[in-house]
Amino acid sequence: MENTIYIQPYLRLSGLEPLVIRPETNFVNVGERTNVTGSKKFARLIREGQYEEALSVARQQVESGAQILDVNMDDALLDGVEAMKTFLNLLQAEPDIAKIPIMIDSSKFEIIEAGLKCVQGKCIVNSISMKEGEEKFIEQAFICKSFGASVIVMAFDEIGQADTKARKVEICHRTYKILTEKVGFAAQDIIFDPNIFAIATGIEEHNNYAVDFIEATREIKRLMPLAKVSGGVSNVSFSFRGNDHVREAIHSVFLFHAIKAGMDMGIVNAGQLVIYDDIEPTLKQLCEDVILNRNNDDNGATEKLITFAETVKAKGKETVKDESWRKESVEKRMSHALIHGITEYIDADTEEARQKYPTPLSVIEGPLMNGMNIVGDLFGAGKMFLPQVVKSARVMKKAVAVLTPYIEQEKRDRLNNLSKDDQAGNIEKGPAKILLATVKGDVHDIGKNIVGVVLGCNGYEIIDLGVMVSSDKILSEAHKHQADIIGLSGLITPSLDEMVHIAKEMKRLNMHIPLLIGGATTSRMHTAVKIAPEYEHGVVHVLDASRSVTVAGTLLNKEQKENFISDIKTEYQKLQVDFGNRKTAKQLLPFAEAQQNAVVLNQKEHSPIAPAFTGTKVLDNYNLDEIARYIDWQPFFIAWELHGKFPQILTDSVVGAEASKLYDDAQKLLNQIIDEKWLSAKGVVGFWQAEKTAPDSVLVHTKEKNISLEFLRQQVKKAAGQPNLSLADFISKDEKDYLGAFSVTIQGIESHIKRFEENLDDYNKIILQALADRLAEAFAELLHEKTRKEFWGYAKGETLNNEELINESYQGIRPAPGYPACPDHTEKYKLFYLLGGESATGIHLTESLAMYPASSVCGWYFAHPESKYFGVGKIEKDQLEDYAKRKGISIEEATKWLRPILE
Amino acid sequence: MTDIRALLNERILIIDGAMGTMIQRHKLEEKDYRGERFKDWHKDVKGNNDLLSITLPDVIIDIHKQYLEAGADIIETNTFSSTTIAQADYDMQSIAYEMNVSSAKCARIAADEYTAKNPSKPRFVAGAIGPLNKTLSLSPDVNNPGFRAVTFDEVAEAYTEQIKGLVEGGVDLLLIETIFDTLNAKAAIYAVKHFFRESGKKELPIMISGTITDASGRTLSGQTLEAFYVSLMHANPLSIGLNCALGAKEMRPHIEELSSLAICYTSAYPNAGLPNAFGEYDEQPHETAHIIEEWAKEGFLNIVGGCCGTTPDHIRHIAQEVKSYPPRKLPVVVKS
Repeated sequence: MENTIYIQPYLRLSGLEPLVIRPETNFVNVGERTNVTGSKKFARLIREGQYEEALSVARQQVESGAQILDVNMDDALLDGVEAMKTFLNLLQAEPDIAKIPIMIDSSKFEIIEAGLKCVQGKCIVNSISMKEGEEKFIEQAFICKSFGASVIVMAFDEIGQADTKARKVEICHRTYKILTEKVGFAAQDIIFDPNIFAIATGIEEHNNYAVDFIEATREIKRLMPLAKVSGGVSNVSFSFRGNDHVREAIHSVFLFHAIKAGMDMGIVNAGQLVIYDDIEPTLKQLCEDVILNRNNDDNGATEKLITFAETVKAKGKETVKDESWRKESVEKRMSHALIHGITEYIDADTEEARQKYPTPLSVIEGPLMNGMNIVGDLFGAGKMFLPQVVKSARVMKKAVAVLTPYIEQEKRDRLNNLSKDDQAGNIEKGPAKILLATVKGDVHDIGKNIVGVVLGCNGYEIIDLGVMVSSDKILSEAHKHQADIIGLSGLITPSLDEMVHIAKEMKRLNMHIPLLIGGATTSRMHTAVKIAPEYEHGVVHVLDASRSVTVAGTLLNKEQKENFISDIKTEYQKLQVDFGNRKTAKQLLPFAEAQQNAVVLNQKEHSPIAPAFTGTKVLDNYNLDEIARYIDWQPFFIAWELHGKFPQILTDSVVGAEASKLYDDAQKLLNQIIDEKWLSAKGVVGFWQAEKTAPDSVLVHTKEKNISLEFLRQQVKKAAGQPNLSLADFISKDEKDYLGAFSVTIQGIESHIKRFEENLDDYNKIILQALADRLAEAFAELLHEKTRKEFWGYAKGETLNNEELINESYQGIRPAPGYPACPDHTEKYKLFYLLGGESATGIHLTESLAMYPASSVCGWYFAHPESKYFGVGKIEKDQLEDYAKRKGISIEEATKWLRPILE
Repeated sequence: MTDIRALLNERILIIDGAMGTMIQRHKLEEKDYRGERFKDWHKDVKGNNDLLSITLPDVIIDIHKQYLEAGADIIETNTFSSTTIAQADYDMQSIAYEMNVSSAKCARIAADEYTAKNPSKPRFVAGAIGPLNKTLSLSPDVNNPGFRAVTFDEVAEAYTEQIKGLVEGGVDLLLIETIFDTLNAKAAIYAVKHFFRESGKKELPIMISGTITDASGRTLSGQTLEAFYVSLMHANPLSIGLNCALGAKEMRPHIEELSSLAICYTSAYPNAGLPNAFGEYDEQPHETAHIIEEWAKEGFLNIVGGCCGTTPDHIRHIAQEVKSYPPRKLPVVVKS
């Protein structure tokens, strides 16, 4: 067989996977946040040696679509060589980051060299130049070449940085000759950075800088077609800093022209780019003039843009509705609506398409799927974010709803025309089906709903069984629907056991479909160690909704499935081994010894303070407006997979625009909830006299009877002088002391959820659920403050703002049963009893001790100034036995509830 | 000396089979390994196969001759572990250089004898540069993923010494093989380039052979085959290929992929199947050869031979099966 193979002179790079830059590769995004000179957060993490966190910055870059990762450690306070080595070595152990190529970025060549020695893949060196003369340049280029790296060459020579087109082209051409002729570089391995400088600075000489770059790029690509051109884009708009609206427009217009001229890649903030066609015409015109230096005598264009910028600044972001897309063809309109999440016209457009296309199904398979594929690609490339995708899904659902009656009718007609025999053979195999459920005893489903929406967007049929679904039901429904994948979700720790149980059942029933595990309490480690060994046909932990798409896609691909499952198995077996090794790593004390090392309360300076009342107090229909002021927004954004601190996230360079939109929509809905009284808040607080009767037991006195609360104690060996904590330590054993408790809930969500579901509006449904959760948490925060200042009144003079509240800067704590300081969920029974039972607030406890409605919070109050949050961590058998005895339950029962903290 | 490139354009060249498998057949004991010179060595050296080139050169020369007799065009020196880093296991760092020189000479003697017998079939000696027992991309400590047991500079230095020894002993080619961590191979390439640049000698052709460890289709250090290839292209090698870990059957899709990617010649020397429950290779010579014949037919190959478990018999069968097929044609490299 003789097939001539042609190998194209493309720039080829690699991490664990190859990156080939082909002519049709549009524009390559280089992730810029792992740069200490560009990201304050990253710089701080590196300075503080928090490399784990620093890696998550890198991971986020990859997840949001960076194709190459720029790493820069040039900071005067850092040992750049060490930092580069440490970070790159750690990064190699993270396959999801190490898969993309690294750009080693430094102005110090020793740091570049140190970096090159750590990376197996083919890197880009950023950068070398002739700044210090030809000899040095050649030497450095040789070193880069002996590591196989591509190089970015800055247009910089002995005289200085090139600013005019002529100088840029001249330097680039000169270095090109040296690299290809003297050093032996392949032309495609050379990347030029012809310097992007700020324009519209008011200095006339700067006005032509963008034109110089664009025209130099054109000439460079003409003279040296295989070489690449790159640049740092944000420089160009530097004089408009603080005015993102204008900056984004300038970047877009600049890139539009630079890419046309041949620019191949750039260090860009992908999230800060507006779509060129979306820029409002006046602004676009002004940007064009300034960038292309037109109509700019005496800074005319610059002045106009500055004046315009002022008005934008004053008005904030003016949202001019651009309706020009309505003039396009119906297919284009539908895909525009899908990409931008516009529901306004979709019914009419779908109807128009239905009449145009031969069958209603071909509308789905044609224009709608084409649009959704674009959405999927943009999301995959990190150019769209979760809230946008959910909005796209809403448009899709609405369009499908228009078509469904026609599709049904067509099906009926077809069946009527077929003989019985034909019918049997004609049952169509539709899209792959994914069954989702929150397991028995658990009520949380925001995450599961998001996963459902995202998978639905990717063409799968979702069978969502809702919350608190028993194993039987999950498995029989899976069988009935012939599901191709089962996905389980859970938020509280007892759900983990339930998932293990379901895996065992799947094995017993001889099922063969893969099982996906997700939710806040789940982890890769738990899945690997506890669930995966129970079922052999694929158990995969899925970290978030974005990842569910690739995982489902791979599992449903016949060719990839087996390899993927075997890879996952190998990975999980490795984790099992790691877990086995790790077990012995932490030394645990005998329980008696841990008890000896309890906190000794300082009773001299802080004697217990009596609450304003004992017994309980119910707060019904509490003012939502007041509660809303206590909202901590950060978890709200996390629910939407937008990670970052609030309010900084609203101006974040990557996700800021989307976060702001989401925040606006959430505020709008929140106001409606409050104004139209959609939800109501109910809570109860109680205080009782209490005393510590044993090292880990607290006796609570009520009018009816005394109740003994049992706590757990840290057993890990502590550093000298550090106590082994137990919540019981925060109650005095010598004096008359007190303890409090509370529970709060947000009621009335069901009818609104149902309405959103009927309107096919997952976007607002998920916002509503997330807001209800936030309101419950905020109510708990508010009640705690009232407790400190008023009900208990142990900190009457406290003045803290919301941020300080979120940072828990106050005195006293409110830990919840089932969470790290008191990990046994079953103590909730006592808490509820003390607060007057389920009837006090209407919160119901499930068999797994989850609270329903899901937007509920409960906890104990401890007032002593030395009380603080902690995690009990792992405990030994001796404590387990003691605990079971104290609670009067069997060892098995205790083991069941405490499994997550048992070795 | 005939240019190997001219031969590679004419026919598929045969590289030899396993050295270790053949040494095992001699059932050598500790004293055999030590010989007279190391009889008082303070550590056991049984299993240090590379040492035999010094203590029992005749055994090594004889094995080379068996492979040449079977039809091998290229034989590998007995230097898989002849680096200061790998020899540390036997505390023989100081002998590493000498092992390379002696091993190269053993192979040279055998090859030259066969070239003289039949000048129309010239034989080549490839200096074998093994992967080391310490890796640059992986941490040996699961709790400390950023830790490395060795540095790039240390690895490059150890390889530089090995290369110097091999060149001194008269090898024709340098074969960086059984690569499971690409960064180790990059250090070897770095060492080769630097050695020849510093010494002013004419650079010998480099052959590169990686190892795909399992069904994942990736190297142990996690790279896909294409990423592996892209990472080492800068060596401008004579050939790139795969060896070890897999049998011919399992290696096929990877060889096919590599054959479509590589600018240079391709090579493959698989194990004699996968090991059985006792760790032995029991794929028979005609079985291995049968699979490889199909590769030749498809035009995947320029150089082929055997790794663990293969014997002169395997090589004879392989040579027989592939001789009627033309070699893989080099791809056309588009210039613009």
